[in-house]
Amino acid sequence: MLGVLALGAAACGSDDSSGGGGALTMAIVAPSASDDLAFSQSMVDSVNALERDITLQVTDGTFIVEDAAAAIRGYAEDGVDVIVAHGTQFGASLAEIAPDFPDTTFIWGTATDTQGLDNVFAYAPAADEGGYVNGVVAAAISETGVIGVVGPVEAGDAVAYINGFVTAAEAGGATVNVTYTGSFGDVALAAEAAEAHLANNADVLTGTAQMVVGAVGVASDAGVPWFGTQSNQTSLDPNLVVASQVYHWEFILEEMLELRDNGTKGGQAFEINLANGGLIIEFNDGFDLSDDVKAAAEAAIEGIKDGSIDTGA
Amino acid sequence: MSDFFTSSVLVATFASAIRLATPYLLASLGETIGQRSGVLNLGVDGVMLLSAFFSYWTVLETGNLWLAVVVALAVGIIMGVLYGVITVFFEATQGISGIGIFIFGLGFSDLMFRQQVGTPKPVQRLPSVEIPALADIPYIGEPLFQRSLLTYLAFALVPLTFLLLNKTTFGLNIRSVGENPQAADSLGVSVERTRFAAIMIGNSLAGLAGAALVLQLGIFQPNLTQGMGFIAVALVYFGAWRPLGVMGGALLYGLVNATVLQWKSLGIIPVSISDLAGMAPAIVTIGALILLARRVNAPSALTKPFSRH
Repeated sequence: MLGVLALGAAACGSDDSSGGGGALTMAIVAPSASDDLAFSQSMVDSVNALERDITLQVTDGTFIVEDAAAAIRGYAEDGVDVIVAHGTQFGASLAEIAPDFPDTTFIWGTATDTQGLDNVFAYAPAADEGGYVNGVVAAAISETGVIGVVGPVEAGDAVAYINGFVTAAEAGGATVNVTYTGSFGDVALAAEAAEAHLANNADVLTGTAQMVVGAVGVASDAGVPWFGTQSNQTSLDPNLVVASQVYHWEFILEEMLELRDNGTKGGQAFEINLANGGLIIEFNDGFDLSDDVKAAAEAAIEGIKDGSIDTGA
Repeated sequence: MSDFFTSSVLVATFASAIRLATPYLLASLGETIGQRSGVLNLGVDGVMLLSAFFSYWTVLETGNLWLAVVVALAVGIIMGVLYGVITVFFEATQGISGIGIFIFGLGFSDLMFRQQVGTPKPVQRLPSVEIPALADIPYIGEPLFQRSLLTYLAFALVPLTFLLLNKTTFGLNIRSVGENPQAADSLGVSVERTRFAAIMIGNSLAGLAGAALVLQLGIFQPNLTQGMGFIAVALVYFGAWRPLGVMGGALLYGLVNATVLQWKSLGIIPVSISDLAGMAPAIVTIGALILLARRVNAPSALTKPFSRH
């Protein structure tokens, strides 16, 4: 079922000289709800954070790739300037659609290449970096030394986040149990995966993708700290969410739009990471984290930025 | 593997199986009653989604869990009236009508969630109720007797549904209109009223299934059920249209799911074949269906609209 939202966005910075672009129509096609506190919301929040005059339309909940393809083509036929295909699984559709609309810029991710299309920009997060930082903190606060991870399917930024997390947590002396539930949307299964980790002595949990809201509920009931990724998940439990790796796509989106302003409609791949400010670790002030652990997290961030730490991804 | 066979892990696995089985059991029992009257309802998932959302929204706004259960029941009844009118009185094709109900439920619950809630917000969950003495029995006390009232209700409904179908006049009417509606009609049984009542009961239980799911999780998301209602329909076939068989199917499905999750957590199932292992519940259930259900026939008039003309 397609959820279509039309949002008038980002009124700030309407002066062309500050934003450099002028009025622009953009659309996002996303696989889950635009307010999922995870993957889709990260892109909607980022476009809304751009300091440009943008009229934004969102088609979310496109679980079915064919639905997403229809929405992407529909926006292109309507003359939308920039279309964000927010999902790796939309790549094949984009390869068919993009050549038919050479004046439209398509932004596709998570992906590390543009499939050779000169009107497609690709984007990906270095999710392993935030995973690593979260893993450092998780190992430090775990008393049992066992940490549970709830993942969706073994693909995309979920794998990168989990691999980075496992590398750091194991280096910190923890045992990390990873469960891929096999679904991005099955909240009940994610909750039971979290229950299984608790039964196996885990006292810290993390997870990635939109179905983790179920796992956070289990963590809350058990009083177990939780680490988030993609969006800030503090609102799910203001006392137990320790930190979230937040995707700020706006930094690379602005670069892409500037390239478009200058006549380059695509053909380049971008990455958000800790060094370029696209990834930010947002700590929850409501969780009492010791200064030592915070310092270790900051050291890990700096180490990743200067290249002295290998996240293992 | 030895880590799995410890008392704490086994107890946790059985508890997980019971939690996972509860929504399936409620929905399947309701669907069993409907199908025994000759009405297939493929809209169960849509009814579950609607009742789950309205139940969740009620808790969010009022904090009253039991009002939320009543609301879910009411949603089930309303959807039952709608489905009954469409299929019994308008004699519409049941398969297509059910799909329509499903699509409506999926879309409307999604729309309402966006309009009224937006970002997922956690709500309180149904509390566990310990049954005195029984809750302390080693191994089975925690998984069986420290559950929510909706879970107890789901399992209590198994013998009650059996009694309803096999030991009451109303149950005899349900079975007769499901097997031979013309004959039942000739004996003075109102096929329309009997089927309508069976649909109402079925949808009410689907409503409770939605409440059980969302109040167990304490949060709602669009498409929360992920097709649970369709699996519930399949479990009716698995259970050979008998409450005990349906319960067996729901428990098997929950137990395989729970075991797979435990094995993944313990590393018994390596990450490399994790996605493949996730198919195990469906494969086991289908395998059992092939072995068991071939010997049992569906109600003869299942999916066939009744008309005197």
